Amino acid sequence: MILPGNASCQGCPISMAMRCLDVIKNPVLVIPAGCSTVIAGLHPKSAMKAPVVHVPFPSTLAVACGLSEAYKKLGVEANVVAWMGDGAADIGFAGLSASAARRDDVITVVVDNEAYMNTGTQASLSTFWKAKTTTSPAGKTEERRNLSLIMLTHKADYVATASVGYIRDLRKKLRKAGEMAGFRFIHIHAPCPPGWRFPSEKTVEVARKAVMSGAWILWEYDGKLRLSKAGEKYALKENRIPLAEYLKQGRFLHLSERDIREIERKIDEDWEFLLRFS
Amino acid sequence: MRAEGNRNGSGVKRLLTSNEAIAEAVKIAKPDVIAAYPITPQSPIVEKLAEMVESGELDASFVRVESEHSAMAVIHGAATAGARVFTATSSHGLAYMFEMCWWIAGSRLPAVMAVATRSIGAPWNIHGDHTDIMSLRDAGWIIGMAESAQEAFDMTLQAFAVSEVVNIPFAVGIDAFTMSHTAEIVEIRNAKLPERRQAYRILPGMEVAVNAVTMGEARMKARYDLAIDLEKSAEVIERTDGEFGSYGGLVEKYRLEDAEYAVVMAGGWCGDAKDAIDMLRDEGVRIGMLRLRFIRPFPEKAVKELPSEVLVVDRANTGIKGILGMETAACGVEVKNVVAGIGGLDVGIDDFYRLFGKFVDGKLEKVEWLI
Amino acid sequence: MDLSPILSEATVASAGETGSWRNYRPLVSSELCSKCGNCIVYCPEGVIFEGVDSVEIDYRFCKGCGVCREVCGQKAIEMVPE
Repeated sequence: MILPGNASCQGCPISMAMRCLDVIKNPVLVIPAGCSTVIAGLHPKSAMKAPVVHVPFPSTLAVACGLSEAYKKLGVEANVVAWMGDGAADIGFAGLSASAARRDDVITVVVDNEAYMNTGTQASLSTFWKAKTTTSPAGKTEERRNLSLIMLTHKADYVATASVGYIRDLRKKLRKAGEMAGFRFIHIHAPCPPGWRFPSEKTVEVARKAVMSGAWILWEYDGKLRLSKAGEKYALKENRIPLAEYLKQGRFLHLSERDIREIERKIDEDWEFLLRFS
Repeated sequence: MRAEGNRNGSGVKRLLTSNEAIAEAVKIAKPDVIAAYPITPQSPIVEKLAEMVESGELDASFVRVESEHSAMAVIHGAATAGARVFTATSSHGLAYMFEMCWWIAGSRLPAVMAVATRSIGAPWNIHGDHTDIMSLRDAGWIIGMAESAQEAFDMTLQAFAVSEVVNIPFAVGIDAFTMSHTAEIVEIRNAKLPERRQAYRILPGMEVAVNAVTMGEARMKARYDLAIDLEKSAEVIERTDGEFGSYGGLVEKYRLEDAEYAVVMAGGWCGDAKDAIDMLRDEGVRIGMLRLRFIRPFPEKAVKELPSEVLVVDRANTGIKGILGMETAACGVEVKNVVAGIGGLDVGIDDFYRLFGKFVDGKLEKVEWLI
Repeated sequence: MDLSPILSEATVASAGETGSWRNYRPLVSSELCSKCGNCIVYCPEGVIFEGVDSVEIDYRFCKGCGVCREVCGQKAIEMVPE
């Protein structure tokens, strides 16, 4: 799907996830501005072995909807994939919500690296509380927004969270989405080495520690909410690794013990809140 | 509101507003995908189309979007896949979709949009002027301005035919309320458009990206090509004029043959201005009108052929000057320029009569606002 | 109509021979490698392939990130300075 020799940074979680798109048949990718734009190739070259429609930020889902409606009308078999970062999800939220509400026949993938990385690591609505970014130099003061849960409340046809730390689980979810119809949404946790300030070889380790500490919950919804096998045991607090293990990243080095306890409390709350839907 | 074109009598005559006339034309064009967000005074166009889709009269996908930005984005996507597409908007709606207007033009995708031209705030105003559609000039669209419901009908059909040949989106302007909501007799000519064609389409299995980040000269080349092709679209508009009402191509020349004085205007209010011209003609004043049917491509040739005394009456301004006044002057023509009718402020036959009289008497300043 | 300014074609090396970015080279021990495939699926570049005895790496494009070493359960991959 993604050809070697592309422009992704070393240890890039987005290119790891992009490789998994090969499980989807007849894909047509819609990519708004972001790291993925650059990774997918600069003119006159494309790094993707699939058609790519580059689009402005807030138009992503609407363009995807237009493609999907047109293919249906013209009798073309296609899986339109709206592939974006958390930045496009922020700025394109109205379009995303409308598309989910219409149940457009589109797969939406958000590779969430918890900040606007392509413009230089500015805080997004996904940025973790207290995380340092270039627009929250002392740590972000607001909570992260739970995008996948919002999609669940749209009763989308399929909603799943995934992580580049659990690539087989991610592939399974993408395959399942590709074989279904309707509005399908996959939210991929994508730890970013330069943005989060950790060494490039640690991408998978950091992603796994997010799941193992309970900070990123793996679940799917297809009419019913279920925890995914890969991460279900972390529902029990005693199975989790200490949160401090996960927080060993440049963006969190300033945290106090109290901050960490507070984040832990927020994580417990997130679990409790999610499981109310199960 | 008097441009009739060449009614050939073959079609059914109906009493329609310009909004309804456009919807009837779109039905004949058989678009595959329509997307729209309502805004006064455009809403009746897409309400009518929604009814047609619902009743099965029109086999199209009608996407109910949450904003104009998404309306333009949906038809952008659908056109990329090879669908014939339509949307309509007005005023703030056009402003909100502005980004996508650039993208659909830059992507060289054929598309048709009706614009019920309305003032852009602040302050709020739902009435007519041309400030909205004039903001499209730089985006790379063909911009037509109809004067009557009949012309709105004919131009909408021509829009599909031209856009799909030159691969440039086409906006059809109609004045808010005085056209959009005013019924006139319209002959429904059952024109047959060719099958959808376009320079490229994106399909599964292709290993190609459209609009990847460019560096070096690609962007400038794309912009240059679009500018050149937009100029060249004049030939296609002129060539197909006969099939869509024979209005005269880029311009309509009204009593200009022997004129010493020329008024340059565009849009629905030209009808009243023509009445004022008739009154002055009856008094022996050799005055006529060059009605700009198109703002892009700009009818430079026709403007250059005008007599030496030229008055441009504008319904949109940039700074203190009128936009068409500036455009006309940019062709090397000495002009007097009047800005009037902003926010639907009424300009009637008598106002035009007085204004043109002042112009003929040489008493107009270089730039004036009728306020 | 010249579409070259807006269309791009799929090609390897869209950003060049990215192997030149590498500071460390992954070396695989065929003795230790169990061919589990972890490095193959996690490699961000997709430049690790199943070989005869172990896995093979396309060094023309390997950026040397070291993810393969981290996901190898057998500790069969070593990063050596270029």
